[in-house]
Amino acid sequence: MLKGIRPEFDFAASSDFIADGLLDSFDMVTLVADLDKTFSISIDGVEIVPENFKNIETIRALLQKHGITT
Amino acid sequence: MNFTFRNKKISGILTILPAHEQKFVDDMKNFNFSEARSLKLKQVMGYDRHRLVTGGTCASDLAIFGFRHLFDQELLAPDSLDGLIVVTQSPDYFMPPTSNVIQGELGLRHDMLCLDINQGCAGFVVGLIQAFLMLEQDSISRVALVNMDVLSRKVSVKDRNSYPLIGDAASITIVEKSEGGAPIFANSKMDGTRREALMIPAGGFRLPSSPETAVLEDVGDNNFRAKDNLRMDGSAVFNFVQIEVPPMIESLLALAGKSVDSVDWFMFHQPNKFMLEKLCDKMKVPYEKMPSNIVEHFGNASGVTIPTAITFNLGDRLRAESFLVCLAGFGVGLTWSSMLLRLGPLGFGGMIDYP
Repeated sequence: MLKGIRPEFDFAASSDFIADGLLDSFDMVTLVADLDKTFSISIDGVEIVPENFKNIETIRALLQKHGITT
Repeated sequence: MNFTFRNKKISGILTILPAHEQKFVDDMKNFNFSEARSLKLKQVMGYDRHRLVTGGTCASDLAIFGFRHLFDQELLAPDSLDGLIVVTQSPDYFMPPTSNVIQGELGLRHDMLCLDINQGCAGFVVGLIQAFLMLEQDSISRVALVNMDVLSRKVSVKDRNSYPLIGDAASITIVEKSEGGAPIFANSKMDGTRREALMIPAGGFRLPSSPETAVLEDVGDNNFRAKDNLRMDGSAVFNFVQIEVPPMIESLLALAGKSVDSVDWFMFHQPNKFMLEKLCDKMKVPYEKMPSNIVEHFGNASGVTIPTAITFNLGDRLRAESFLVCLAGFGVGLTWSSMLLRLGPLGFGGMIDYP
């Protein structure tokens, strides 16, 4: 899903997508829209903050809060 | 701060839109992003086209055009106005007030109160609160509330944070005394410590415009704007809205003794479709009760988006029907305000184009 949003980056090589410039605020919104649709959930608006999209682990933790395990 | 008003109503709403329309797919050429990313943004945010003024058109030109339409159609008598409130962030001048400019151009009578309010996306609700407060006076029976902005003139075309969503428009809302009817409930909050989330840094007395403030700067995320341009911290504004608006609506409904289900329409400010759908999810409001189609069709014209949402989505139904409507505006200041009122039947309600 991340590659679909920013195909030019290697997300596996980064531990902080935001600080490394791999995701900006609009990319986070796009990712949330994709996650909501894919997993039939609604990530709360207050959860759309950089801390939750820093890396794969934080995104996985966010999904787990919504009952999704990957 | 809570407000309760009695024996007052909205009797008409007219939205005035510039005829010139610009499409997002054309705007994309100005952004330093791939076409795929921009198209994805279009889909998620609901961007498609927006109405923008051309040349040197001022917000007051739209409002004056709208008033003349109402006078010509005999939907409003010029001498019946006791007050004129203009809510705008794009005044004609620092001085005189734009409300006086409009009053003078229309030849309205001298025995009235004209007032400018510098407010933005919460400006429709803030303006209504002010209008209802004025109607508490024995000498004031009818007030025209004008919301108007042409902020496209202050937005960098190379700023993807702001340009795709911006729109220009004006609205004229007539409020007046009315015997009986349901009480009107409102609340409003402000936080000036977060004022820099939405601002035009240069052009006032703190930082006058100069050749330096007109220079486009790389402000990150491949956006370019000058200090003379509107600046929006999108993430800060998004989080502000998601944190502050749901409890505000809960508090308003508690004040009125109403439930979410009892409200016919949630006519909210229209920043983008994604933000409104997130609010719906949080507040358990069905999407169909909260229109989110104004950015898509017309753009976000600050305080004009709520009257635009009302006139576009309810249109002629407002001439004959009555709805319990929850209004909410949120933005510059920062300010967040809401109102619950019964709307309709109206004497007039519609949209016209400014050529």
